[in-house]
Amino acid sequence: MMVDEGLKSELRKQGVYVTTWDQLVNWGRSNSIWPLQFGLACCAIEMIATAASRYDIARFGSEIFRASPRQADLMIVAGTVTKKMAPQVVRLYNQMAEPKYVISMGACATSGGPFHKGYNVLKGIDRYIPVDVYIPGCPPTPEALLDGLMRLQERIKARPFKAAMDEKQGEYAVPAYGDRGLLPRYNPGVWRPPTLPPVVATATPTSSASSSTPPSGPGLGRGPRRLYFSGPVGGMFAPHGASWRGPRACPWGST
Amino acid sequence: MPVGLHLMRPALEGLKSAVEGGLPGVTLQLEGSVLMVEAKDVPRVCRFLKDTPAYEMDYLANLTAIDYPPDTLEVVYHLCSMRQKHGPVALRVKLPRANPVIASVTPIWRGAEFQEREVYDLFGVIFEGHPDLRRILMWEGFKGHPMRKDYVPEDQDAPDERA
Repeated sequence: MMVDEGLKSELRKQGVYVTTWDQLVNWGRSNSIWPLQFGLACCAIEMIATAASRYDIARFGSEIFRASPRQADLMIVAGTVTKKMAPQVVRLYNQMAEPKYVISMGACATSGGPFHKGYNVLKGIDRYIPVDVYIPGCPPTPEALLDGLMRLQERIKARPFKAAMDEKQGEYAVPAYGDRGLLPRYNPGVWRPPTLPPVVATATPTSSASSSTPPSGPGLGRGPRRLYFSGPVGGMFAPHGASWRGPRACPWGST
Repeated sequence: MPVGLHLMRPALEGLKSAVEGGLPGVTLQLEGSVLMVEAKDVPRVCRFLKDTPAYEMDYLANLTAIDYPPDTLEVVYHLCSMRQKHGPVALRVKLPRANPVIASVTPIWRGAEFQEREVYDLFGVIFEGHPDLRRILMWEGFKGHPMRKDYVPEDQDAPDERA
């Protein structure tokens, strides 16, 4: 239920404050996010810096990093998620208190980052658990993490409490170790492999045509195009929840 | 001598002749700054270098491997002496890639245990006499040795029919 802004303003002049239950609850929830004390790689060092006095995440009400997932409602996936670690990450997520949120911090947690072509790194934690905010960077600066946290706060405020509670229920399947990687390779309820329409050959390449026509398009004639999940650069929100507000430009400068 | 660990590298020609003089039947080959050792001689050479007072290689700084497809796999040892303040001396051993078996140096340097497990995990070198030779980085049940140059990682973007 929305309160007319003009009426609200008039009432406030008389000392009457009007709000809705959801606004009140979400105001409290978004300003007391309890992150899980959980770091995987060098991004965790930036996360620690964010929690320390210079950047002081306490200004945003999230200074209590809990060592138990039962007492946390935000998982900051800070660092490289190896295939060996991924089942434990999913299990920790499952054990967190609802409604729970995930920040994918940095290139590794988002897409595998510099280890994208490696044999041992998961190409994005969003293959197994739903991510709310992606933060680009390698590693992201503490300012970037704080900005991601503020985006998460906006996201929490934008959804009614009950809807958020309903959305966040349920456990996510914990992957198993296989011969070369995790089984299954992704959770189709959260993520699906990127697909592109097949590249249609315009004409059969003959010797004269191929020599006269330069290769064009994204693939530049070097075989079929492949879409790599490159993580968000322009907008920072997960695709599955982006409808409440469109993607916005990176506030600390374009990357 | 300045404070800190400044290691002098012992002259390899002298080391080579000392080993060959002390261990009859052993020949080393000096290739650049590396001593090539035959696989069967490795435990004797290492024990000799550790126990000889002139060298006293009490510290195995590094143990790794290099894959040279299609035929060869090399195991590399870097030895230092904390007491004599010299090193590292690099030893290399050529192994057949199809059947890379070599004696473990864990009985000589206790610290070789995890490094040999890592080389076994990533390159597939079998260290005979190792007390606990199993994978250390990859999980149990992982197939293959991913640092070999012909290892093909899975395509994580491929559709998964199990999912």
